[in-house]
Amino acid sequence: MTTRSSSALAIRSGRARGSSHPLVVTLDKRSGPRVVFSGDRLLEIDLPAGTRVVYPRPPIEPLKDVDAAIRYALNHPLNCDPLHAKLRPGMKVVIAIDDISLPLPPMRRPDARERVLTIVLQMLADHGVEDVEIIIATSIHRRMTGEEVRHAVGDRIYDAYWPDRLYNHDAEDPKGMKLVGATDHGEVVELNRRAVESDLLIYVNVNLVPMDGGHKSVAIGLCGYRSLRANHNPHVMRECWSYMDPSKSALATSVERMGRLVEKALNVFHIETTLNNRMFDRPLEMLHRNEDDWSGADRAAYKGLAFTLSKLPQSARQAIFQRVPSPYGVTGVFAGECEAVHERTLERCSAQYLVPLEGQADILVAGIPYISPYNVNSFLNPLLVQVMAQGYLFNLYKGAPVVRKGGAMIIFHPCTDQFDKEHHAPYVDFFHDVLPQTRDAVVMHKEFEEKFANNPAYVEMYRKGHAYHPAHPFYMWYWGEAGRQHLGRVIVVGADNDYVPKLLGWETARTFAEALAMASGGRRDPEITMLHIPPIVMADMAL
Amino acid sequence: MPASFFDVDGTLVRTNLLHPTAFYLANQPNPLRSVLSLARAAAGAPRMVLAEMIDRRRFNELLFAVYKGISRDRLHILADEAFDASMRRALYPGARDLVQRCLSQGHDVVLVSGALDVLMERLAAHVGATAVIANRLEFQDGYATGKLLRPIVAGPEKARLVREWARSRGQDLDECFAYSDSYSDVPMLSVVGHPCVVNPDLRLGKLARTYAWPVIHLGERPAMSDLLERLP
Repeated sequence: MTTRSSSALAIRSGRARGSSHPLVVTLDKRSGPRVVFSGDRLLEIDLPAGTRVVYPRPPIEPLKDVDAAIRYALNHPLNCDPLHAKLRPGMKVVIAIDDISLPLPPMRRPDARERVLTIVLQMLADHGVEDVEIIIATSIHRRMTGEEVRHAVGDRIYDAYWPDRLYNHDAEDPKGMKLVGATDHGEVVELNRRAVESDLLIYVNVNLVPMDGGHKSVAIGLCGYRSLRANHNPHVMRECWSYMDPSKSALATSVERMGRLVEKALNVFHIETTLNNRMFDRPLEMLHRNEDDWSGADRAAYKGLAFTLSKLPQSARQAIFQRVPSPYGVTGVFAGECEAVHERTLERCSAQYLVPLEGQADILVAGIPYISPYNVNSFLNPLLVQVMAQGYLFNLYKGAPVVRKGGAMIIFHPCTDQFDKEHHAPYVDFFHDVLPQTRDAVVMHKEFEEKFANNPAYVEMYRKGHAYHPAHPFYMWYWGEAGRQHLGRVIVVGADNDYVPKLLGWETARTFAEALAMASGGRRDPEITMLHIPPIVMADMAL
Repeated sequence: MPASFFDVDGTLVRTNLLHPTAFYLANQPNPLRSVLSLARAAAGAPRMVLAEMIDRRRFNELLFAVYKGISRDRLHILADEAFDASMRRALYPGARDLVQRCLSQGHDVVLVSGALDVLMERLAAHVGATAVIANRLEFQDGYATGKLLRPIVAGPEKARLVREWARSRGQDLDECFAYSDSYSDVPMLSVVGHPCVVNPDLRLGKLARTYAWPVIHLGERPAMSDLLERLP
């Protein structure tokens, strides 16, 4: 296998499109194989000469003194008074924090939430504020377990507050929600009662990608099914180009309207933290980089890992990846008024993730990794594989989709028919009862969603157990709607069965070569682009 | 409109059939009779244990035989007292909310229990259930004969009664829900489209995992449940 530098390759390839940036590597005939995730396994694939491979940016250098940055942000907030100026003894304060879906995978302790909470709680105590509750803004995600909460907030805060003053949001508590109002578009804003009735709501966010944070934090994180229906539906999802570009996302626009209503009605102080993309530590650090730049030690480490993974049972493979937190570094802390704060956050996200790319591809190639926002500490079930492919990975662009309208997407995943019996209990029913009846998201939304979302047994599992709300599997399907409408076909390589891909509306191929032949559709020289993820990379597309 | 069928003992309340019966035995007209009744029941206990192992219906027949001779009026008074003294307090936290949620979805809520109808009617009124399928004592001249009227509500018979109840009201069983904590209610759980297991023991928990039935905990969540539910 030949190894060479990406810039050398880019110069030698001579193809006109997409080769101007060092992180966009155009392969030639002598290029070696590329590594892709196929769930919790790693594969090497040979891509045709001319394929563009888009690599993630190297991790941005983290802040040297995160605690100092937090204090600075609290004392020098954007477009509002410093936090200490908002405090008075005896006031009622709620601190809401992001749930386990952020960051992915969970970060090494201390989590950014712990660092911010430690300083904020100390400041509240110094100003005589004792009535403080911390709510995990789960919206309709599953409740976090005690140990997961401990990981996020740290031992000291956990021991002092859990479970009476540190708890999961319950969007189905009949007495726990309060109507804030409705937007001029009729979007109902109903939020956690305690948060609404507090004198001050402080939101502590961990921002991984551009679709996180901003107005979404409060308006979505603390709302329930009644509010989510306004924008978590196929009509809105079809108008998102993409989720990662708030200026072109109908979802973000709707959430912004709801969030502005929240900001008018409530006294909210936002704290957002941005992370770099350092998802893997040594010895897996090489997965961040171009295979051509790997050293002998990197290659040996990769071979060892790939061999080990190929010999282990699935549960052990899952444990290897999911039990090891990521060494993310905090790259920014911003506080104050929602939109001013989030603007700074988005700048930091763009700097970390965007890679310029010119011209759409006919075929998009991507491996599906083992984790999504909705399966931390559980299995990536088939519906989530769909979300990862047509939802998240398809949407990793700004400007225009990486693949042309009607183009193909080739993914790698076993698509095993396996679901976590607790976290994803309602998914099973959705996958084996609703999906065989229709794949049409509009029909699902009209005929199945409401009854399913109100299933008393699943609602009880959401409220008292650790299951996602029964509306969630529907949202997972809608999440793939823009990708589904845009892509001509999705071809899965490495599926261990045919019926799961078929239910999802996908085709299967035994090998990557077969998938390429299918995707090419007789075209001799299709444009192929591979997104080399994880870590996250977003294409800044120019047509 | 679908129905939600709820087993009661162990599902909505932490008591079982023995609790109200023991209450009745302990509240005879005088203390001596109470002692004698309890002693007689204790002597018959091995027979009941055996019956429980072989056939739930036979167990119910033996258990309710102790009511022989009780007047209908006295039974109602005792039911009021037994409900207030033990059953109301034994209701699992969240049980009432769950029933109310079913009602809010337009479901008929039916309690299906091997306990006596007089007690179940009081529980139904308390939680808001719309109907009761329960065991009934046979009366002659206003006094209980110690026998149960047929059909005896237990085990597989519950499934037949649920089917009949739904059919008589034009309900589609595929749309109906059933909730139980007991492996003996698997037939009842199996006839509806939406079975749900509540506070399951190991055996029922395993079956629920196999069929991906929802599992909920209305009472204290057992320490082992998290571990068991994480099993693939």
